[in-house]
Amino acid sequence: MLSIEGVTLAYGDTVVVLDLTLEAADGEVLCVLGPSGCGKSTLLRGIAGLEPLQGGTVRLGSVDLAGLRPDERGVGLMFQEHALFPHRSVADNVAFGPRMRGVAPRDIDQRVRETLDLVGLAGTGDRQVDELSGGERQRVALARAIAPRPRLLMLDEPLGSLDRALQTRLLAELPDVFAELGTTVVYVTHDQDEALSLADRVAVMRAGRIVQQGSPSELWRGPRTPFVAGFLGLEHLVDVQVEGSRIVTPWGEFDRSVVTDAGAGPGPGTAVLLADAIRLANRSSPPRSFEFALAGAVAHRRFLGDHVRLRVETRDGRTYAVPVWRGDVPEPGDEVELALDPSSIHLLAPDPDQAE
Amino acid sequence: MDGHGAPVKATRRSTARRGRPGAVAALLIVPVVFLGWFFVWPVSAIVGTGLAPDGHVELGILARVLTDPTVRSVAWFTLWQAVVSTVLTLAVGLPGAYVLSRLEFRGRRLLQVAVTVPFVLPTVVVGSAFLALLGPQSPVNTALGALLGEGAPTFDLRRTVAAILLAHVFFNYAVVVRTVGGLWSMLDPRLEDAARILGASRWRAFREVSLPLLRPAIAASAAIVFLFTFTSFGVVLILGGPGRATIEVEIHRATTQLLDLPLASSLALLQMIAVVAALTVYGRLSQRAEVQQRLVSSAAVRHLPRTGGERWFLRSNVLVAAALVFAPIAVLIERSVVTASGYGLGNWSRLLSREPTSVLAVPASEAVRNSLLFGVSATLIALVLGGLAATAATLGRGRITGLVDRALMVPLGTSSVTVGFGFLIALDRPVDLRGSALLVPLAQALIATPFVVRTLLPVLRSIDQRLRDAAAVLGATPSRVWREVDLPIVGRALLVAAGFSFAIAVGEFGATVFVARANLPTMPVAIFRLLGRPGVANFGQAMAMSTLLAALTATALLAIDRLRVGQVGRF
Repeated sequence: MLSIEGVTLAYGDTVVVLDLTLEAADGEVLCVLGPSGCGKSTLLRGIAGLEPLQGGTVRLGSVDLAGLRPDERGVGLMFQEHALFPHRSVADNVAFGPRMRGVAPRDIDQRVRETLDLVGLAGTGDRQVDELSGGERQRVALARAIAPRPRLLMLDEPLGSLDRALQTRLLAELPDVFAELGTTVVYVTHDQDEALSLADRVAVMRAGRIVQQGSPSELWRGPRTPFVAGFLGLEHLVDVQVEGSRIVTPWGEFDRSVVTDAGAGPGPGTAVLLADAIRLANRSSPPRSFEFALAGAVAHRRFLGDHVRLRVETRDGRTYAVPVWRGDVPEPGDEVELALDPSSIHLLAPDPDQAE
Repeated sequence: MDGHGAPVKATRRSTARRGRPGAVAALLIVPVVFLGWFFVWPVSAIVGTGLAPDGHVELGILARVLTDPTVRSVAWFTLWQAVVSTVLTLAVGLPGAYVLSRLEFRGRRLLQVAVTVPFVLPTVVVGSAFLALLGPQSPVNTALGALLGEGAPTFDLRRTVAAILLAHVFFNYAVVVRTVGGLWSMLDPRLEDAARILGASRWRAFREVSLPLLRPAIAASAAIVFLFTFTSFGVVLILGGPGRATIEVEIHRATTQLLDLPLASSLALLQMIAVVAALTVYGRLSQRAEVQQRLVSSAAVRHLPRTGGERWFLRSNVLVAAALVFAPIAVLIERSVVTASGYGLGNWSRLLSREPTSVLAVPASEAVRNSLLFGVSATLIALVLGGLAATAATLGRGRITGLVDRALMVPLGTSSVTVGFGFLIALDRPVDLRGSALLVPLAQALIATPFVVRTLLPVLRSIDQRLRDAAAVLGATPSRVWREVDLPIVGRALLVAAGFSFAIAVGEFGATVFVARANLPTMPVAIFRLLGRPGVANFGQAMAMSTLLAALTATALLAIDRLRVGQVGRF
């Protein structure tokens, strides 16, 4: 088990990670999700021992990693943009770790072959690093990180530099590799799709702290603050007023118990519409009794392959993004009616005021 | 913090502009004539005098020279002192390169400029500075005397190998720091991080990852230091002594004291062969060592020292660099104000007076004037020659480009003494120039031109052809394209080349000492003559003039640094 407790990291006077606590169970895939500059790469460097901790402890199993040099920690790190050794072949890159750890030469060859097989690069060992395509480099970097069989595997934006098609393919393959290895994985990314599809658990990071953690579905159904909601790609954030057991929304006033609640206090606050809160109503499926009906006109229509996304402007001047999965799709300018399910309104706790 | 800045691809995005062969030839006429007249012809004359004194070639002469025990011991000394100097310079310079390129600390920029100063200091100044630093009056001896009283030992290292080696390290420290540091400052730090996480110790990560990637730069700087120390003249002439002469010094002695031209020619020939051999080996090595790699911006590479060990390493290296750079210069300045009657400005006032001095036969101020005049003329000549050649090399096709490039580098490999000696024996035909004051700027220009080409060529080649295409499509005529695109970009590089040439010309000693007329001494020549005479006054005056000369060249260098063109000081 990886346990990070009260860790602070800084570059000179600039604090990058502040009093951060996080755990990952054995064999768990933990995704740290956050915007660039939030300190997530630095956190990995701190765990690896590349940056000194200004405070806190990092334990792996029963071992306190403090005082251990990076080469003594037995962790693996796959770097952003890979950092492959340019003067070595693919096989030599992968063999580097086992060689440093004193694996016998005969076993190293075996290990290199197995590892390259695992990442889908069988037979490429003799090639030079500069002959590889982006996707191949990415796989070599993964192979190099896992070849010494680390107890903890960390990946820093591993898919960042790849094109969309390759990202999708590797995203499908990575869970198999993780399952095969069975090690604890800490995966850092700024892409919510990557995090939600790979992780057993997601920790959302902002300005050096964890703002929320939970399973992908917990996060998706219950973001805690406007920042988390926005970062997960939820578009509809609205100002609301909490008065006792009542909540005043732009669509009407109703009992607070109807909505889900991340812990908002009384007074002005923010709510978010969860992913399936709003739909296009029509004759075959009119707004139901508990739903709000909103009349508006289609402002814009975007074709996204398996569905179409409408931007609808309602009479009160608000705009809503509405997915349409099947049936007739209205044209821009058409009058439409939307149905909003109040139980999918989610009341958010305020973002802590952080000095950025 | 995510990432380490935008990656800088190490690829050069440029295509040489294809010019008409006629244009290339026209541009090359002047440089080729110059090179033929003032380099090929004198060098051939040396070979002729050496091997065919009576009109027909006698290889026996070469054999006789090579088997002569004195020559062999000179050659052996030249070789081993160059090897040891190179090894020592690398040993001191590599940690310095690491500190200056990978660590962030207060005063880093200042130190980076300061370590470059010794490299442009004239050899004569370096010699004088170390005479002052290592003599019986040195600060070390003063400190020992103060500590231990009358019985303190006095160290006098003035005529020793140690002095030569130390001066060579001082002189060439910047070559290693800038050449190796330049590459080191762009090596992706995550490569070593990756090795560390994969289980390599600090030292092992350096040995297995950074060292192989740095090898081309290390080899290049070692080759340059070897070349400079192998052909070292001014430093050895001033600091060496009996049995401690390089081939270069021996050529000078054979010409001026022994009046043995065949010996001087054979020695010059021997040196040329050695230099060409060294350059060839280096060329082979550097071709093999090239590795394609991704470079990152140097600002992202530097980090604050993280561990106690790193802080200690930083402090000790900054101390070494500062001591190495500042001590000789500080002592030089201090000695310049020591007169027979204690501290005073007597040396300086005599420097400016219009009274002829007994040693120089002319007022010392004339040496200053001569140096400036010759320096400016040499700079202008070198800029014209180098500019034409670099433009031709950019315009021409691969083969011509390579040929011009290499032909202009040859004078760099040939020693300055050889150039001066060659002028002396060859330039009586077709026009007798030997008595002419013109010889001095011509010789200096010949030595400065390779530096001009080296500075201009990378900049000219790096101009993206698409910029010229864009200008042309927007309606610019070819000459307008050159004026609007090439010139503004090359302008800064031209200024840098000018500063460099001036510093080289003003400080030039090896060739100048042969060709300068007795009544037209330059500052280095005057310093050498002053050092050759006994007396506190002469020594003090030499120190004052050295200080002034150092200030002149350092100013030229600092002006260059202001322009911040990345490649300065790298070859």
